[in-house]
Amino acid sequence: MPDIYDALAAPARRAILDALAERADQTLFELVNRLSTDPATALTRQAVSQHLQVLEEAGLVERRRQGRYVLHTLTPEPLRAIARRWLTDPQEQS
Amino acid sequence: MIGIHLASVFVTDQERAKDFYTRVLGFELRQDMDLGPGGRWLTVGNPGQEASSGVPAVELLLEPAGHPAVGPYQEALVADGIPATSFSVDDVEAEHARLVDLGVTFIQPPTAMGPVTTAVLDDTCGNLIQLAQMNG
Repeated sequence: MPDIYDALAAPARRAILDALAERADQTLFELVNRLSTDPATALTRQAVSQHLQVLEEAGLVERRRQGRYVLHTLTPEPLRAIARRWLTDPQEQS
Repeated sequence: MIGIHLASVFVTDQERAKDFYTRVLGFELRQDMDLGPGGRWLTVGNPGQEASSGVPAVELLLEPAGHPAVGPYQEALVADGIPATSFSVDDVEAEHARLVDLGVTFIQPPTAMGPVTTAVLDDTCGNLIQLAQMNG
């Protein structure tokens, strides 16, 4: 499983997470279009697809088939684990 | 001068497509001719549009999806959410509301995508269709 920090290291993958945060259950087409609205984040469909696979393996994206469509949803739980690791109030631990 | 007079989408069921593209989407039936075992020559057009001054009126051919390549083609496009074609609307929010009331499934609600606001619906005949409203 790819390390979550590796998954987050690429600016393109962070942009994909930004686009996914807009709405659950996005198709690849919708995601590519959202990214294309800003030349700084525009990517080919193949590139988005490959980045999605890394994000999915890191647990940050859920990919599911609903009928004939394949939909992608942000699953930020691993980020909460990071927050819990370092953002815990020291007094709570004592 | 050259002009587009025909565009086409493959449909898995011409009878259902005729109903969906006319009654639901709101196009006008232009031609419905029996071609024997090959299906029907079934076209729809823009409401109220006539050919004028040498400019042909555009018709959309609802073409039988009989060729073996069509199934895998439609399946692959639909899985990735890619529309077979795109129709223009004046008000995509209003069309979305109207069509949802008629039971149409949208896989993308109206969403601003730079210069256009788009939505994507399922035509129940094997295709996704984009509705696009130009902004500004």
